[in-house]
Amino acid sequence: MKIHEADARGIFASYGLPVPPSRMITKAEDAGAAAEELGCPVVVKAQVLVGGRGKAGGVKLASTPAEAVEKAGAILGLDIKGLTVEKVLVAKAVDIEKEFYAGMIFDRGSRRPMMMVSPAGGVDIEEVARKTPEKILKLTVNPEGGLMPFQVRRLSSFLSGDKAVARQIGRALSGLYDAFMGSDASLAEINPLVVDPDGKVWAIDAKINLDDNGLFRHPDIAAMRDDSDTDPGEVEARGADLSFVKLDGRIGCIVNGAGLAMATMDMIKHFGGEPANFLDIGGSSSPEKVLAAMRIILRDSNVKAILINIFGGITRCDDVATGLIEAKEKLGLDIPLVVRLTGTNEGPAREILKKTEMIAADGMEDAVKKAIAAAG
Amino acid sequence: MIVQGITGRDGGFHASQMLAYGTKVVGGVTPGKGGRKTEDGIPVFDSMAEAVAGTGANTSVIYVPAAFAADAICEASDAGCRLVVCISEGLPVRDMVKVLPFIKERGTRLIGPNSPGIISPGRSKVGIMPGNIHAEGSIGVVSRSGTLTYEIVYHLTRAGLGQSSCIGIGGDPIVGTNLLDTMELFAADDETEAVVLIGEIGGSDEEMAAEMIRGGYPKKVGVFIAGHSAPPGKRMGHAGAIVSGGTGTAAEKVAAFAAVGVEVADTPAQIVDIMKRLI
Repeated sequence: MKIHEADARGIFASYGLPVPPSRMITKAEDAGAAAEELGCPVVVKAQVLVGGRGKAGGVKLASTPAEAVEKAGAILGLDIKGLTVEKVLVAKAVDIEKEFYAGMIFDRGSRRPMMMVSPAGGVDIEEVARKTPEKILKLTVNPEGGLMPFQVRRLSSFLSGDKAVARQIGRALSGLYDAFMGSDASLAEINPLVVDPDGKVWAIDAKINLDDNGLFRHPDIAAMRDDSDTDPGEVEARGADLSFVKLDGRIGCIVNGAGLAMATMDMIKHFGGEPANFLDIGGSSSPEKVLAAMRIILRDSNVKAILINIFGGITRCDDVATGLIEAKEKLGLDIPLVVRLTGTNEGPAREILKKTEMIAADGMEDAVKKAIAAAG
Repeated sequence: MIVQGITGRDGGFHASQMLAYGTKVVGGVTPGKGGRKTEDGIPVFDSMAEAVAGTGANTSVIYVPAAFAADAICEASDAGCRLVVCISEGLPVRDMVKVLPFIKERGTRLIGPNSPGIISPGRSKVGIMPGNIHAEGSIGVVSRSGTLTYEIVYHLTRAGLGQSSCIGIGGDPIVGTNLLDTMELFAADDETEAVVLIGEIGGSDEEMAAEMIRGGYPKKVGVFIAGHSAPPGKRMGHAGAIVSGGTGTAAEKVAAFAAVGVEVADTPAQIVDIMKRLI
């Protein structure tokens, strides 16, 4: 789950990171009072859940409250990569002497938390990694001991030779590690972490992505979710405990298991069709989940045929069959349904589906070809 | 073998299925429900320590809700299980990075989480895969997916290509035994003549496996990669299946295998042709 910068700043501040004070506003005229209260100059920043806000004109500096109102007015309503700006953050501006990058992820290779820092801050870190990898220092952390003081010293001295500055950076990095682990994040970034002309260190941007699987421990963070720019089908799918990603094709897919669901989409493309979605009904599927899946797919008027591809293991084919019957009755399905069911309780599933009108398929390839033909 | 979460719907169902397949299921654990027996007559214990002491089990399989799964893995490891297979999905990554050093200290191998389990056809299965689609043979199968593995195994078996062992490592970004670990296990396994590797988008395990093959791998390898049509930045069901920052794409993985002369199948059924050519 992604959260807004304003919320990430709040989490960072609660872990003691030096975050400049800020106010969130939704009306341009409120920017004046916010700037007055914070003290000018201020920076006005679009709150949208995509990167590259600066380049898109979503971040502007204002030296007076009146200018803050003007800048906020220009940013609110702006379209950034297809997202409309509805909220802006007014934050106390910091003069930048130097800027760094600091980030935390879980490293798949070492299977440990990993901190990355770079003196090349304020730019896209993936580009730094490609062009000048020597400018990035990465250290993995044993979660039992946490980020050790010697690691903090190594990371902070990589960024600054000034001892007083390095000490402040070190405190910020420890805070970043604690915020990352403490909030069950999958990514936590300060880009940039800056030094002002007085030698004081500030985290002037904040980004945190959360591990969806850890959200149950953090109802306060879960409440930060902003679905205003998410596809409504994806929101409904989350509520029904389904994995769903909307695409642009004509063939709706309901599959059990993520790998098989991806392979089904790939095969549709391979044989010349276009999938309308990725949808994994998960392992312990129930008839209710199948019904929910059908409802979500039928929201999309592009869908001209639905392909059900089930290879039962922990999923029982009879549960899926029961769900399909229910969906046909409740949703008034008027497009072709191509069904492939193999595996656990396949026999009882066939019995259940006997009297229903649908295109039965013998195997995945047959099902995909029949769905492409049915979708026209 | 002990089934953790045996009194739940999935744990109970699959305990019966494993027993029927010939796996030595000797006990189950559900805290607070010890002392009873399941319909199959399997004794239920309150803790892994009691279950291991009472049965002499050395393996455990886990079907408990995600919030309790990390604890279940550690409990099994601490009770002395050498092999723990975690079927449960949805474990926070933070839990996994803490579990791994704990079980390593105790010498436990973990398969999963979010794994369909492992099977040595004709002998034993620990997991949720349908036993009847497998056949005894000499092909080792390693996969990040569950049902996609069934699909491919189904084709292999129908074509007369039996399997030595099939290992589902799980779809999470951080797992106990990864693709490379499993490739090493197959390299050392006398019963395995060739390996089918089923990868997917996200991470760089497949690229590292290709590097391993470049360095000299003792068995023939055929590959299938899922997720060619996945849009970037979107998580495709598995927590680990995501193309981020332009890396982890299916095209990159296919190219890495092609560069070391390993054939990659376009469809699950094509794996059969590749493996027939290889052995």
